[in-house]
Amino acid sequence: MIAELGLVALWLCAALAGLQLVAGIAGLQGSAGLAGLAMLARPAALVQALLCALSFGVLLYLFAVTDLSVNLVAMNSHSDKPMIFKLSGSFGNHEGSMLLWVTVMALAGGLIAALERRLPERTMMATLGAQAFVALGFYAFLLLSSNPFERLSPAPAQGNGLNPLLQDIGLAFHPPTLYFGYVGLSVAFSIVVGALLTRQVTPEFARVMRPWILGAWVLLTIGIVAGSYWAYYELGWGGWWFWDPVENAALMPWLAATALLHSASVLASRDALRAWTVLLGVIAFSMSMLGTFLVRSGILTSVHAFAVDPERGSFILALLTIYIGGALVLFALRAGTVAEGERFTVMSREGALVVNNVALSAILGIVLLGTLYPLLTEAFDVRVSVGPPYFNPVSAIFVLPMLVVLAVGPLLHWRRDSFARIRPMFLALVGLGAVVLLGVWLWSGIAILPLLGITLAAMVAVGSLLPLRGRNLRRMPLAVWGMVIAHFGVAVALFGMAADTAYQQERLVAANVGDIIEVGPWTGTLAGVVPVSGPNWQSIEASLAVSYKGGEPIMTHPQARAFWSPPTETSEVALVTRWNGQLYAALGNQAEDGRWQVRLWWKPFVTWIWYGGLLIALGGAIALMGRLSVDLRRRWAQRKIADRKVDQAERAAG
Amino acid sequence: MKRLRIFLWVLVAVVGGLFVLFGYQLTQPKDEFIQSAMVGEPLPDFDLRPAIDTMPGLSKADLADGKPRLVNIFASWCLPCRAEAPQLETLRAAGADIVGIAIRDRPEDVAMFLQLYGNPFTAIGADDISQVQLELGSSGVPETFVIDGNGVITYQHIGDIRPEHVQTILYQLREAGA
Repeated sequence: MIAELGLVALWLCAALAGLQLVAGIAGLQGSAGLAGLAMLARPAALVQALLCALSFGVLLYLFAVTDLSVNLVAMNSHSDKPMIFKLSGSFGNHEGSMLLWVTVMALAGGLIAALERRLPERTMMATLGAQAFVALGFYAFLLLSSNPFERLSPAPAQGNGLNPLLQDIGLAFHPPTLYFGYVGLSVAFSIVVGALLTRQVTPEFARVMRPWILGAWVLLTIGIVAGSYWAYYELGWGGWWFWDPVENAALMPWLAATALLHSASVLASRDALRAWTVLLGVIAFSMSMLGTFLVRSGILTSVHAFAVDPERGSFILALLTIYIGGALVLFALRAGTVAEGERFTVMSREGALVVNNVALSAILGIVLLGTLYPLLTEAFDVRVSVGPPYFNPVSAIFVLPMLVVLAVGPLLHWRRDSFARIRPMFLALVGLGAVVLLGVWLWSGIAILPLLGITLAAMVAVGSLLPLRGRNLRRMPLAVWGMVIAHFGVAVALFGMAADTAYQQERLVAANVGDIIEVGPWTGTLAGVVPVSGPNWQSIEASLAVSYKGGEPIMTHPQARAFWSPPTETSEVALVTRWNGQLYAALGNQAEDGRWQVRLWWKPFVTWIWYGGLLIALGGAIALMGRLSVDLRRRWAQRKIADRKVDQAERAAG
Repeated sequence: MKRLRIFLWVLVAVVGGLFVLFGYQLTQPKDEFIQSAMVGEPLPDFDLRPAIDTMPGLSKADLADGKPRLVNIFASWCLPCRAEAPQLETLRAAGADIVGIAIRDRPEDVAMFLQLYGNPFTAIGADDISQVQLELGSSGVPETFVIDGNGVITYQHIGDIRPEHVQTILYQLREAGA
């Protein structure tokens, strides 16, 4: 019964989305006769949010009690699993994750309907209508081809469990983080469509859209950082980015959202870049859907194995065509009515942000081309694969100049500035860059890309802090703090990438117990190898005593682990983290002569990549808080003014 | 404004083209194995340096001396190559002459690999930039080719050799010698 309750709630949601769409269209028409219908748009969105939450709650409950008569639970859960993995199992699969997606989408819709008061009423109605239109497609997808509440009869005695590789708390929350980000971008998309329909591409529209972009961007950043770290320690290859199609699928929306965030800022503050912001709003959501399509349809070959289904692929492709094609055609038809916006000179904050936007878009294009190129040539029966030799140098062409502008851009004033004003700071940054470049080059002749990376990291780090100069730090808006922290995070992450690429050292040896292995500043002693077993795995575990520059030895335990249900072999690497890098130890097989294969990496500053990524996300979160608190204060002030007016009117009357 | 409109229509056309491509690819069956177009063709010219100091390298001339051979494409960093090592040993014991091509490898790693998993090879060439591998039409490691005594490729096995494949490969090798 409980499962059917969830299904009914979901069907009702779909019906309400249909109602919301009709009401939105009625509101857009604005004729008096349809006013009653239009009034239903907001309540429809609110009730939809409640019903969707109920439906997802039902799914959580089914997983919590392990109701094996539900197909999804039987396929993905097991009564002996820890509660946290039972719950995370509810969205660790295709159907459940799509239900989570529509639930978050409905909650976001409810939030706009309840709280957003800044948009003109017709734009608001068009936005709600667009939101319902997008949601309707996803409801159809869920109900027609991925029903999470499908029954299984007869019910099996026990569930199929969850892949042991996925029994990882980080991974349990990695996909939902990305999904939340995608949903945030879908809201921005709906607002863009709403503004296009009513020809209201204004600074106010950008301000309404901005918190959604910021929130989505923060979550996407966290999702990518977490995914990169997971691949690093779980796959046992010592790399942190592989340019795999699935990684690119998450990177492309992030690049588009980053560009959108900056262009929406220009539109909000200066009423410029109107058409560009609209276009990026469409592209950002397109990239989220394209990513989902590429991952779920199995159209591209990837190291990430997903359960793929061509029927679902076709369904997502149809949705992609309707939404993205529709939005682009609408924009093309309305292009004439999106006025150009305010002018500015090249030497200005806007100018720097345009460079940022063009560079980010170019990188997005490069990643998109590299990801889809194999698909394109395959249609002509030519098989190719595209990897780091393409992505690294080609994207560097745009990343490097963008970073120079990142170091200088925030120093410029809006609208028009003179180079003479920032010349001292600019020359100081260039001087710093030259010193770092020469110093690092003379000290250790490393390759050109990491060398430029370290140089630019130093310039961006200092440049990102320069906007703090001469300001009262206690009175500085939170949004500016957010920008400074995020830009500083870029420098930290960049330094980590460059240092790891340039200075990492690797040793692969066959060692007897008692042998000494040296890598970089580390000395390791293989103290012993013993078999150990866990609840559903067996492994061989080495005891490896490592010491940094002859200091106190630290005991580490890398494992080669074999799960038996389903049979999977994983490498449980041992990590020793210092502030200046990580020692990464992996254990391989035993040779016939009894020696063990041991692989050691010394990866200087590699952790800075993820610290930097988290700083970027933190900066975004602080900026988001800043924007929201300013908005709340403004609302409070407006209410005070309105109250006072009422008071005065009453006093005048009385 | 006019330029913006033209740009947008071009964008719509490009995106539309992409969707058509996606739709077409969705309807295509996914074949996991890509047979080399080189089967039935003579070997390309190559001359590879030895992959380890103690064994000879490999050139096209070595494979055109009248004796049919197996060419095994492998690498020390490749996990399935370890899994197929016992089958290569079986093939060698059954009388096959096996030569190796080590892909993107280092001498010390190859030596380690052979020490750990056995050495069925009579010669190993080092292919540092996958050039010979690509010219053979091989798309991954491990792969095994049957070469007749005149330097012509007669058969390609993709992926690791499992016990059930051994007889097929021996048969192909005999056919190549006939």
